[in-house]
Amino acid sequence: MGLSAAEKELLAAMQDGLPLVPAPYAAIAARLGCSEDEVLRRLDAMARDGTIRRFGVIVRHRALGYRANAMVVWDVPDTHVGEAGRRLAVLPFVTLCYRRPRRPPAWRYNLFTMIHGRDRATVETQVEEAAQAAGIGEAAREIVFSRRCFKQRGARYGAG
Amino acid sequence: MSATPQRESGHQQSLDALDRRLLDEFQRDFPFEPHPFAAIAGRLGIAEASVIARLERLQAADLISRIGSVIAPHRAGWSTLAAMRVPEARLDDVAALVNSFKEVNHNYEREHAFNLWFVVTAASRAQGEAVLRAIEAATGIAVMSLPLEEAFRIDLGFALTWD
Repeated sequence: MGLSAAEKELLAAMQDGLPLVPAPYAAIAARLGCSEDEVLRRLDAMARDGTIRRFGVIVRHRALGYRANAMVVWDVPDTHVGEAGRRLAVLPFVTLCYRRPRRPPAWRYNLFTMIHGRDRATVETQVEEAAQAAGIGEAAREIVFSRRCFKQRGARYGAG
Repeated sequence: MSATPQRESGHQQSLDALDRRLLDEFQRDFPFEPHPFAAIAGRLGIAEASVIARLERLQAADLISRIGSVIAPHRAGWSTLAAMRVPEARLDDVAALVNSFKEVNHNYEREHAFNLWFVVTAASRAQGEAVLRAIEAATGIAVMSLPLEEAFRIDLGFALTWD
């Protein structure tokens, strides 16, 4: 399911974002030495096959006043984690929901959700709501707030 | 070497209704057509040049990271969420070291015994794990790696609410 060389090259050419000029895809095409039409066709194909999950404006939550960035981690029995994950994923305030491995004894949590809120009290209310909605009110959990952002940007795919 | 944390000043007060629509309505399904900003201008009822000028201003104010893509995990290689327990006094230096790897795209201090959390994305598992080992070697601090096992929801944008 890897990317083709052409797809990697395109993502690398766009990794700092679409240039803010009237014909940005033509500008990307010029960097790659291909046609604008080729760039548009490849992007469209990658969006349709699910490689590109979304394409658009990527906002900085913290600068917009969403100061409470919470990674909420849950210890859900393995037999229930799929069901719980699917139920959490449909909640409007959950932006990411992933299952990850436990690393005992240091780390017991296997389900990760990201919630961005304007303040902590709102996030705490949403976490309780999420626990009830997913039927995991009894599961051990922690709300791990972020304190500082040292780096936030798109992944670099050009590196071989 | 010191990391520069992102500023958190309250820019949102100076945003007008058009800025808010630009931030809100174009997080996904951005036009794949030769003149996308003209298409957006048509939807907002303003000139193409105004759309570009507003996006430039929002980007300069650091409210927009970029206009770009979110790639499905594991389509483009290997990635993991990594965490470290860093003594408070060393946190800025260790964060700067972690930032210096091009494979690191997110890096946050969090309120937990594991206080540094970052995402490593690499072309291959071997390359990604080499980054983790290099960070351990340079800092003498163990890195806990938690690669994705199943995605129930991937970043699909973010509905903003305004005060």
